[in-house]
Amino acid sequence: MAAKILTCIGCPLGCSLTVEMDGKHVRSVTGNTCPNGEAYARKELTNPTRIVTTTVRVCGGKLPAVSVKTASDVSKSKIFDCIRALEPVEIPAPVVMGQVILSNVADTGVDVLATKSVPQESGAEKTRF
Amino acid sequence: MTDVLIIGAGVSGCSIARELSRRKADILVVEREEDVCCGTSKANSAIVHAGFDAAHGSLMAKLNVEGSRLMPQLARDLDIQFEQIGSLVVLMSEEDRPALNRLYQNGLDNGVEGLRIIERDELRSMEPNISDQAVAALFAPTGGIICPFGLNYALAENAAANAVRFRFNSKVIGVVPIDGGWKVQTENGDLETRVVVNAAGLYSDEIHNMAAEDTMTIVPRRGDYFLLDRSTSGFVKHTVFQLPGKYGKGVLVSPTVHGNIIVGPTAIDQQDKESTATTQAGLDTVREKSGICVKNLPLRQTITSFAGLRAHEPRHEFFIGESRPGFVDCAAIESPGLSSSPAIGKMVAEIVDSILHLPPNPDFIPTRKGILNPQKLSREDMARLIREHPAYGNVICRCETVTEGEILDAIHRVPGAKSLDGVKRRTRAGMGRCQGGFCGPRVMEILARELGIEQSQITKSGGASRLIVGACKDSMKGGSSFEGL
Amino acid sequence: MKDYDLVIIGGGPAGLAAAIAAFENGIRDILILERDNELGGILNQCIHSGFGLHTFHEELTGPEYAGKFIRQVQERGIACKLNTMVLNLDSDKHITAVNRKDGLFTLHPKAVILAMGCRERPRGALNIPGYRPAGIYTAGTAQRLVNMEGYLPGRNVVILGSGDIGLIMARRMTLEGAKVQVVAELMPYSSGLKRNIVQCLDDFGIPLKLSHTVVGIQGKYRVEGITLAGVENGRPVPGTEEHYACDTLLISCGLIPENELSRGAGIELNPATNGPAVNESLETSIPGVFAAGNVLHVHDLVDFVSEEAAAAGHHAAAFIRCGGNEGKERALQVHCGNGVRYTVPEFIRPHAVDPDEKITLRFRVSNVYRNMRVAVYAGGAPVYRRKRPVMTPGEMETVHLDVCTLLQHPEANHITVTLEEV
Repeated sequence: MAAKILTCIGCPLGCSLTVEMDGKHVRSVTGNTCPNGEAYARKELTNPTRIVTTTVRVCGGKLPAVSVKTASDVSKSKIFDCIRALEPVEIPAPVVMGQVILSNVADTGVDVLATKSVPQESGAEKTRF
Repeated sequence: MTDVLIIGAGVSGCSIARELSRRKADILVVEREEDVCCGTSKANSAIVHAGFDAAHGSLMAKLNVEGSRLMPQLARDLDIQFEQIGSLVVLMSEEDRPALNRLYQNGLDNGVEGLRIIERDELRSMEPNISDQAVAALFAPTGGIICPFGLNYALAENAAANAVRFRFNSKVIGVVPIDGGWKVQTENGDLETRVVVNAAGLYSDEIHNMAAEDTMTIVPRRGDYFLLDRSTSGFVKHTVFQLPGKYGKGVLVSPTVHGNIIVGPTAIDQQDKESTATTQAGLDTVREKSGICVKNLPLRQTITSFAGLRAHEPRHEFFIGESRPGFVDCAAIESPGLSSSPAIGKMVAEIVDSILHLPPNPDFIPTRKGILNPQKLSREDMARLIREHPAYGNVICRCETVTEGEILDAIHRVPGAKSLDGVKRRTRAGMGRCQGGFCGPRVMEILARELGIEQSQITKSGGASRLIVGACKDSMKGGSSFEGL
Repeated sequence: MKDYDLVIIGGGPAGLAAAIAAFENGIRDILILERDNELGGILNQCIHSGFGLHTFHEELTGPEYAGKFIRQVQERGIACKLNTMVLNLDSDKHITAVNRKDGLFTLHPKAVILAMGCRERPRGALNIPGYRPAGIYTAGTAQRLVNMEGYLPGRNVVILGSGDIGLIMARRMTLEGAKVQVVAELMPYSSGLKRNIVQCLDDFGIPLKLSHTVVGIQGKYRVEGITLAGVENGRPVPGTEEHYACDTLLISCGLIPENELSRGAGIELNPATNGPAVNESLETSIPGVFAAGNVLHVHDLVDFVSEEAAAAGHHAAAFIRCGGNEGKERALQVHCGNGVRYTVPEFIRPHAVDPDEKITLRFRVSNVYRNMRVAVYAGGAPVYRRKRPVMTPGEMETVHLDVCTLLQHPEANHITVTLEEV
């Protein structure tokens, strides 16, 4: 049986939570001030998930890159797998916000979506002075 | 074989080059950095001393007074920001008055014009923020402030316009006598010349020692400074020095031509000629001393601190002359080197001329226009400029209101800006209160476009000062393993 | 150039929300002046999620949050000029601006909303000794390079300052392939959100060193190393120095409202916020000039920026419709009591507000406080009390005051916001 310590992110209090684990099961949570703390601890220690945000390259766009995110949380252990899967991706402009950039990223079952629109580069904008 | 090879593109080297370009000659300036104005010339108090301080009878005194006299006309000819705002040396304790009188007499002997000692009331009316303990001051109306970069670039550009060539990234590693002149070995190839001029600043001892029989030692003397935001403009109206004495040696507090206040320097002798790092102790010293002769100095408004190195030689005297046949030293140029630079240029050019007997250059162009600043135009002229050149309507640096037009001008001049610092020193883009936070990436973009190179190749100040080290995720290419989690 | 009823300086979250609110309050001649090449301001480079929980009850990224407002601005046909820099604002509301297309032009609107945002405190202002090489970036500059342009400004990073941008960039740099060795924070607490400390640092095993600062920067051309030291009473403690070999120092040491234009116009500034001193209508000392968002005071949540800016848009619309109500009555100054660093607004005119409405008062505390009560007094009379389990300098506090309660105390000549022991 092992005790794990984590900081609750529910509010600025930032309670220091002590979680007694029994293998993969949470036995008890102490140190929390409210029920949210316990729920947070249980989730964090059994199935922690995160939204992953990054960028992918755009060709022929007004911007060289477009910001993207996973459509929903993915397992925390898959964060770098998602990033690595996006490394070779290059999307032709125009890109529309919400567009699927990569389906089922790193076998998470989650799609990666563009979070911004990037129009095509118009020739006129390149000439200056 | 060139006629004259000048080592160093600081303010001395460029002033010499410009003076020599009045004669018909093949002149080459060799510089180890990527641009002009990269050493002592770029980090100093930015003032033109009136000339009362240097010991009467010294070469330093002679060239300082002469340089100060030449500067107004030079600034007009070459479109350099320069203002004769006057300087004050403040007496903080009555017991030090003899020292003030000696300084006054030394100034008179040196031929400084308009010097007078002013007493407390007049001093206070001239400088309301002067310390309540201040007793009197030596007032030198010819003391001035200058843009040190502007002076250096103006001299270099005017020299280039008069056919002087520049070779950058070429550190000199050897100076060897050859038949009819000298071979100058650099990291960027060997060069042959009839006459060598050593204007290598901090390294003028090493260059001297390569060619001369005796040896010389330059001690890098570090000066730490604070630069305050333009909102402090007007805190002092003159360059305010503290008379050394009961309260020790002070630091100066002065306006700059750009409307900032500069505070400093320290004078810390060190070994390392490369170390322009400020230290906590150095900055603390400036902080403590700056409060002696002015009150309520708003140091909280500091936008940057920096340090420069002066090429100090233990004799504290300029070392100018033909040390070996065809080898001319312009060494140990420490403060007041910037102030003296117009006179140094003339003196060294005359020495070179006495060796080579060069004919006059009938095509010499004596004037140069600086980078056009649209903010200084009338509204109508500014509107017309932007209509004709829309890049002047594109503001890149928000803090100092520098437009794309000015940056393009800086890049395409000869010698032009190749780095972020090169653009900054020429246009002030990035020199304001956000210190390039906003405009840095945009200036990089313009530099890359105009120089036809990748943005990742752009440097802060040449050499290894690369700003971008790669692309996002580039270390994950080809499924390479990744540490973490 | 055509004259507008309302000109909004800045097309970031504050400017966008202000424009929409002014439009909804009946104003049609609105112009947004934006210096960048797109609307959205700093949100465009804030690609992480966590925006909009208050406003939209969903977790959006910065560009998505901005996108919602940009769409509303476009749907209403509100005019904007991009790549346009305002050079000057005068006390009579003349705006001089410049861009490539229109050249130099002047506008003279009936009302102006200042929405210029803020900038980062640079290394120079922190008096960190050492060299000045390449590789020292403010976190926001690095964020632009990484998130907008796809460049990596460094591979081995030390971060000074644990504000939210610094924390977010620790994660961003890590995800893009850099090694972030440590985040140092001068204060004994972080001003960043707990969530960011956990998800940007703890998730990646990046240590946070509180009460530490940078005391040395090595490397003449490119950063080669950073020296950190422990701090006591605001001074580095000799003997606690630790060296980190790295190529990059990111600085996240505070934001400063961008008030060069406000200062130029002679607008009175609040030294505690560095933003304009405003009344309950978010109106500055120049009638008809309003301010909202980070130009007024630095916010930690964009939702509150939007909310505040919408209020400024609403008040600017009222000003355009009815003219100012200056001089109609005297303003009560808001005093900062125990533990309160500043308040916005600084002045309240109870009669200028509809008695059924509430006045939003935002403030920041000067330290970490637990189990304290926020109390507001009109003169000596208590008008508001609320217990708060925790308050930190990093999180803005909000109080909604009943106007009718304030009106019950006509004798009061000031208002005090204070923290009290429970």
